[in-house]
Amino acid sequence: MLRIEGIDAYHGRAQALHGVSLEARPGEILCIMGRNGAGKTTLLKAVMGLVAVPAGRIRLGEVTLSDLPAHEVPRHGIGYVPQGRRLFAELTVAENLAIGLMTRGHGAATRERVLTLFPRLRERLDQRAGTLSGGEQQMLAVGRALCLEPSVLLLDEPTEGLQPSMIGLIQDVARQMRAQGVAVVLVEQRLEAVLALADRVAFLETGRLRSVIPAEALRERPDLAATYAGVG
Amino acid sequence: MTGRDRSGGTRAWGLTVAVLAALAAMWPLLPDYNQITLARVMVFAIFAIGYNILFGYTGLLSLGHALFFAAGLYAAGLGARDGGLTAVPAFLAGILAGAGLAAGVGALALRTAGVAFMIVTLMFAQAGYLALLYFNEWTRGDEGFNLPAASRTVLGLELAGADMRYGTALALFALATLIATWLARSPLGRVMVAVRENEARAAMLGYDTGRVKLAAVTISGAFSGAAGAAYGLIDGYAGATFASVQYSILPLLWVLVGGAGTVLGPLVGAVFMFYLIDLTSGLTDAYMLVAGAVLVLVTLFAPRGIMGEVRRRVARWLP
Repeated sequence: MLRIEGIDAYHGRAQALHGVSLEARPGEILCIMGRNGAGKTTLLKAVMGLVAVPAGRIRLGEVTLSDLPAHEVPRHGIGYVPQGRRLFAELTVAENLAIGLMTRGHGAATRERVLTLFPRLRERLDQRAGTLSGGEQQMLAVGRALCLEPSVLLLDEPTEGLQPSMIGLIQDVARQMRAQGVAVVLVEQRLEAVLALADRVAFLETGRLRSVIPAEALRERPDLAATYAGVG
Repeated sequence: MTGRDRSGGTRAWGLTVAVLAALAAMWPLLPDYNQITLARVMVFAIFAIGYNILFGYTGLLSLGHALFFAAGLYAAGLGARDGGLTAVPAFLAGILAGAGLAAGVGALALRTAGVAFMIVTLMFAQAGYLALLYFNEWTRGDEGFNLPAASRTVLGLELAGADMRYGTALALFALATLIATWLARSPLGRVMVAVRENEARAAMLGYDTGRVKLAAVTISGAFSGAAGAAYGLIDGYAGATFASVQYSILPLLWVLVGGAGTVLGPLVGAVFMFYLIDLTSGLTDAYMLVAGAVLVLVTLFAPRGIMGEVRRRVARWLP
């Protein structure tokens, strides 16, 4: 289980997170909602060690992730799909996947599972990533994160700018990961996407955690999104 | 690995081997002048291959590679002159000197990035150049020194003749090219490109990018040192000029013209530049002006370099 325990984080002198505590449980999808600038992406970056955490700590099982350098965090099974995909554009699809596989020494079986989830990638293995369509790039970004065989998967607005068929595919993958016992943390602004996927929803407002509620409560009262975080 | 992966790899290796075979086929056909010129070009292409590993694949622009070339040149030269080393041990000493110095410089210079990295590497190279001039009693400074004939013999054959120069340079260039092709397709090569493309993202996937960059600097230095040692042994001369800033700029130019991040780009760039200057100097005294104009045109119409444009337009599988 991923435990975030009272963390602070800063952008320069500006405090972006104020004592945020949260946990992501195996086999659930935790959605994080909030307005732009609420600290959603900063929270994911803090987990990945990309933003310093001067107070509080982040733990995965017995490992204190916040004590590790950034490059060691993924080796403990944290997959991260940042906003904007950020592929290695000059490498082929196969090479992008290989980069993900090598991190934790996974091989052909893992790659095969990823290509089964995203058959379109199998047809594009020799194609340079920079020449893929937006949806295919997102598939590759998610597929590369899955090559780590993560126990925690962090997705930062993965369906942003995608056409509906692609959104459905990415959401199916998130559900499959949940079914396999992965803790999925999804940053999402769109209420319908949250309602379709979430087990629990955390609301951030100006860097503070306002509330964590079961998704069922949000389905019954969608106006809670506006109440807690001014979104929806 | 899929059939698609294998077909790209087969074509990449096939092209590399074909180019090497063409260079081998030209060997008995070329007149002495061209054998000596091409031997020199192939040695400098090894230098450019080393530079390409750092700049083309890893995205680090060094302005100090003359230091690593000169380290190989002087390690082989002084080893042969004062240490009595024969050709093979002198060559190995050159590789070790280039790699060792690059690892040391890299460990310090990689604390910086971007323009600062360029300036720090330039300063290290200038310090090396000035040190060669300062200790001129030993190094003979700009005047340089000739390597003893005994050190320029391999398997009983003297390196002085045009035939042997070409054959030795070709053998070393072939080895360097095959190693570079293998490296480009290896896990380390892919991670180096990942660091070039997006260092933060490579770190997010679990790679210690600092170690990857240090490995790239060291490997690049080993190739540069090998080129320096080969130059000294084949041409029989070592001098401080090869540590000057000009020899830090030239490999950058060869790689840019030939195609950064391509396996054959360094050779194509070095051949293009050598013969451009060689041919235009026979036509006019203003040959540098002509060469400059041609370089501007190449940069305008092939901004990714010659092989980079070939890759973009017709052969995406090009290594």
